Amino acid sequence: MLKIDKLTKAFGANKAVDSVSLDFDRPMMIGIIGASGAGKSTLLRMLNRLENATSGSITFDGRDVTALHGADKRRWQRDCAMIFQQFNLVPRMDVVSNVLHGTLNRRSTLATMFNLYPSEDIHRAIDILDRLGIAGHAAKRAEALSGGQQQRVAIARAIMQDPQIVLADEPIASLDPMNAQIVMDDLRRIHDEDGRMVIANLHTLDTARRYCDRVVGMRAGRVVFDGTPEQLTTGVARDIYGADASFSEAATSTSIDALNAATSTPVPVA
Amino acid sequence: MAELSVHSPTSDIRADYMDLTRRKRVYNGVLLAIFVALMVAGFITADDRNAGGFWDGLHRLFDFPAEVLGEASEKLSELPAHFVTFFPSLIETVNIAGAATLLGALCAIVLSMLSTRGLARWPRMIPVFRRAMDIMRALPEIVVALVLIFVLGGGPVPAMIAIALHTSGALGKMFSEVNENASLKPVEGLQSVGASWSQRMILGVMPQVAPNYLSYALLRFEINIRASAILGFVGAGGIGYDLKNAMSWGQGQYDEAAAIFLLLFGTIVVVDQISSALRNRLTHGARLEATL
Repeated sequence: MLKIDKLTKAFGANKAVDSVSLDFDRPMMIGIIGASGAGKSTLLRMLNRLENATSGSITFDGRDVTALHGADKRRWQRDCAMIFQQFNLVPRMDVVSNVLHGTLNRRSTLATMFNLYPSEDIHRAIDILDRLGIAGHAAKRAEALSGGQQQRVAIARAIMQDPQIVLADEPIASLDPMNAQIVMDDLRRIHDEDGRMVIANLHTLDTARRYCDRVVGMRAGRVVFDGTPEQLTTGVARDIYGADASFSEAATSTSIDALNAATSTPVPVA
Repeated sequence: MAELSVHSPTSDIRADYMDLTRRKRVYNGVLLAIFVALMVAGFITADDRNAGGFWDGLHRLFDFPAEVLGEASEKLSELPAHFVTFFPSLIETVNIAGAATLLGALCAIVLSMLSTRGLARWPRMIPVFRRAMDIMRALPEIVVALVLIFVLGGGPVPAMIAIALHTSGALGKMFSEVNENASLKPVEGLQSVGASWSQRMILGVMPQVAPNYLSYALLRFEINIRASAILGFVGAGGIGYDLKNAMSWGQGQYDEAAAIFLLLFGTIVVVDQISSALRNRLTHGARLEATL
C-alpha cells in the first residue's frame, strides 16, 4: 500500500533522513520514535510533500508520490492529511472555517475567498467537531481554544480532507497528559472506525506501545528498529536513543499511570 | 451562555452557525456592492471634471515615453558620454539620500522606542511622540525643502534635512510596529539585573528587531533616492536638477533624459541587490547562532 524506498533528505553535507526503506501493506497505526533531530519530522514532511526528497521514492498504491507536481501534488496532499505539533490553525478564523479548510483542494480560490462553502460541507464539519466533542466551540475563534481543543480542531480539519493517510508530527508534545490521551484516543478512532492509515511521530514510548500496531525507531536519519510494540523493550529503546543504563522511561513519562511505577524510584536532582 | 451552547444538540449548533454564516455573507455582499458603487461613481465624477477626458487621452499615454525612447535610440552612441557627465550628480543625489536615511533612521529608533507601549521611557508621553511623528510624516518633503532652501540657500544640506525629517516620522512608525512584536521577556530579564532603560533597549530589544529595522531602512533608502532626485527640481542640486533641465528644454534633449532615467533605474537595482544580500546575511547569521 505505502512503500518508502531508500528515501534520503540531505541538507548540505548533513543527511536528515538517510536511505529509509519501509513497507506498509495495510492501513494500520504506526508510531515513529527517536531522539530530537533523528529525522522523524523530515520523514513525515516528505510524505506530505512539504519537503522534497533528495533521492529515493515514496509509492502509494502503485503511484510514485515523489514525482508529483502542481495540481497532482496538491491532490496527493489532500489524500495525506498532516497534523502538527503546534496545531498550525489560522488563529483569527472561527473553528468551523478552520475545519472547512480541509476542503480547499476541492474548491475554487474565488469561492473560498468569500467564504462560500456549500451547506453540506458546513454540516459535515460540525458533525466531525461533534464526533470529537468540541461542536460547542464551533463559532469561536481558533485562538480562543485551549491547546488540546485546538489539536482536536486540527484533527477535524484532517478528517474533513477525507484522507487515506493521516500524518501526525508529535501531536501531543505540546499538551498536558489528560489532553494527550484524548488526542491519541481520537487518532486511534480515526484508524479503527474509518480504516485510515495513521503515522504518528511520538516522544513517549508508553504512548507508542499502547496505541500503535507497529513501531519504527529512528536514529541519526536511519531506521534502527521496526517491529511490534511488544518487541520494543527498554534495551531496544536505549539503542534507539543512544542512552546508557541510567535511562529510565518512568523518569520522564507523561502517562498518568506511570506515576505509580515511578514513585518507588525518586529521580535524584543534580 | 458558553456552558449552554456546549450542551445543546448538534442540530442547534448547525442552525446557529448557518445563521451566522448567512449573516456574514449578506454583510460581505453589501460591502462588496458599496465598494463597487463607490469605485464606479468616483471614476465617473473624476472623469467629468477632467479637462481632457480619460478615454480620449488614454491612447496618448505612451506618446511621451515613445518620443523619449525614439530619440534616445537615434542617439544611442551618445549615451555612454551622458552617463559620464551625469555620474557626479548621481553620486550627490545618492549621498543626500544616504545621509538623510542614516540620520532619519537613528532619530526613528529613539522615537519608536519612546512611543511603543510596554517599552516607552515615559508611558504618558507616548501620544506626544506619536503626534510629533505624525507631523513629520504629514509635511511634504518638498515644502520643508523649499522653506529651508529659502532660509539656508540652495544646496544639498536643506534637501538632506527635509528628507531626514520625513524619514524619522515614517520609519519611526514602522519601527514602533516592529517593536510591538518584540518579546518583552528579554527586557524583563535585563530589568531584573538592574539595567537602565537605554541598556534594556539597546541590549534587550535591538537584537530582536535589528533585521526588520534594516529591511525597512533599506526600503526607505530607495524611496529617499527618488525623493532626493525630485528635490533637485526645486534647487537642491543632484541629478534632479539635470533631469529638470533635460526635460524642460524638450525635444533634442530627450537622450539626456533617457540617460538620467537609466542611471536612476540602475541605482535602484543596485541598492535592491545590496539590500537583499545584506538582509540574507543578517537572517542567515542569526539562524547559525540559533543552532549553536
